Amino acid sequence: MKELNKTDVIVVGGGPAGISCAITIARGGKKVVLIERGAFAGSKNVFGGAIYTQPTKEIFPDFETTAPLERHNTEHKFLILGENDSTSISYKNKIGGSYTVIRGNFDRWMAEKAKETGVYLVEKTVVRELIQENGRVIGVKTELENYFADVVILADGVNSLLAKQIGLRKDFEPKDVALSVKEVLKLDTGKINERFNLSDNEGCIHEIFGGPMLGMLGLGFMYTNKDTITIGLGLTLSELAERGLKPYEVLEDLKSHPTIAPLIKDAVLEEYSAHLIPEGGYKKVPKLVSDGVLIVGDAGMLVNNLHWEGTNLAMLSGKYAGETVLEAYNQNDFTEKTLKRYEEKLKNSFVMKDLKTYKDLMDIAHKKSDSFMDYYLRTINSFFEMFTTVDSVPKREKYLSFIKKFLQDRGIKGLFSDLWNGIKLVWSILWH
Amino acid sequence: MALEDKLYTLKYTPDTTSHLKPDMNDCKRCDKRACTTVCPAKVYEWQNDNMTVNFENCLECGACRIVCPYKSLKWEYPKGTKGVTFKLG
Repeated sequence: MKELNKTDVIVVGGGPAGISCAITIARGGKKVVLIERGAFAGSKNVFGGAIYTQPTKEIFPDFETTAPLERHNTEHKFLILGENDSTSISYKNKIGGSYTVIRGNFDRWMAEKAKETGVYLVEKTVVRELIQENGRVIGVKTELENYFADVVILADGVNSLLAKQIGLRKDFEPKDVALSVKEVLKLDTGKINERFNLSDNEGCIHEIFGGPMLGMLGLGFMYTNKDTITIGLGLTLSELAERGLKPYEVLEDLKSHPTIAPLIKDAVLEEYSAHLIPEGGYKKVPKLVSDGVLIVGDAGMLVNNLHWEGTNLAMLSGKYAGETVLEAYNQNDFTEKTLKRYEEKLKNSFVMKDLKTYKDLMDIAHKKSDSFMDYYLRTINSFFEMFTTVDSVPKREKYLSFIKKFLQDRGIKGLFSDLWNGIKLVWSILWH
Repeated sequence: MALEDKLYTLKYTPDTTSHLKPDMNDCKRCDKRACTTVCPAKVYEWQNDNMTVNFENCLECGACRIVCPYKSLKWEYPKGTKGVTFKLG
């Protein structure tokens, strides 16, 4: 009976991680069944966002000419919003290393590519449980049938109930996950080009600090697509819960900020969405391997929050998992002992190295959100306000009173604590 | 723009039963009720002593399950043909 519904590998989840893993295994000549709970790949998925050229090429070498891409990002802008003012820094480079995409279109394209390599895609099907025998995962239970495989890959996203089921991970604490809400707004291509100073195929990634998120652990984002603008924000769940804030109201406040509002004026809402983003970092990455099972992507909390890297880490982890599975076939061993090579591949790549580099970032950010995410953001704006205001106050007086206010408001103790934590953070990033 | 208008931009295929099952005993004695504010789709609403679960609006993010202080919210994905569909995501 067990031989029916048996394949080589089952991948749960048709997102970037799952598809990359499935494609890698299919290219290696093995049979893969990719199970997606949505109507189509991408229909239950949300991201910013942009995909990075180099990592995407590792899975899809010719994606730049064949995939549905929005704009090629040639500018990266950092906006520091005060209550009503803002200071911005922009880096422009014609070469640019990323493209904005629409998840629904791009994931569907990736899924088609997967099917072309022989991956068997099953949609509208939820895997409810993993089937285990003597502690080893041997298959999955959907709402309709049981399917069996030599290895099961968990690419089921940030909530990964399946990884929880077999004890590889615990559920999130509110401080280790961010809730993101976003809106895609329709705006004429010409208007986008004009307002953002871009030509047809150029795009700008906006990273937004402060504004309605002053004092909180949160970031805003804005992307330019062909004829739509994506705007959204992510706030650590514990912040939202403790302050009793509604995420969509904070987003409305961001949209009406004097610096942001003119950029999206008259744009019409096309779609609203929400999703969780893992924030625990290196310290909270779960056990990624066990007998007969591997975890990839958001399910393994592989997200670099500072750099907004989740999709590329998902794709690469999928690739490494796929390679590991092919190696396991050579040895005909699917126990943890052999599958552990996946963790080694991750450790030796920038994926785990970057997560480790930033392992203390979230702890320090939590501790210091009142200063790093509030006071200093306001101070930057106050400085430029002072510097650019011409009135009858002599410059020296302005500088001295600015410095005096800075020292008084923050206090000597506060400043030392800020400096100390800043040094600790830099130290933790540069040394292990 | 009201939240209802934003949710209107989404494609929903609602089921007849809820995939979200809070424990009403815990809900009644909960004082924070964080799920009611944190939810990006306002699924949880209180009227006097009763909480309604507007599961048809659920965006399947998982925030409610995580903020529940009693960890007693039974949270599952809707059936494979049901729930929200992000056309753009």
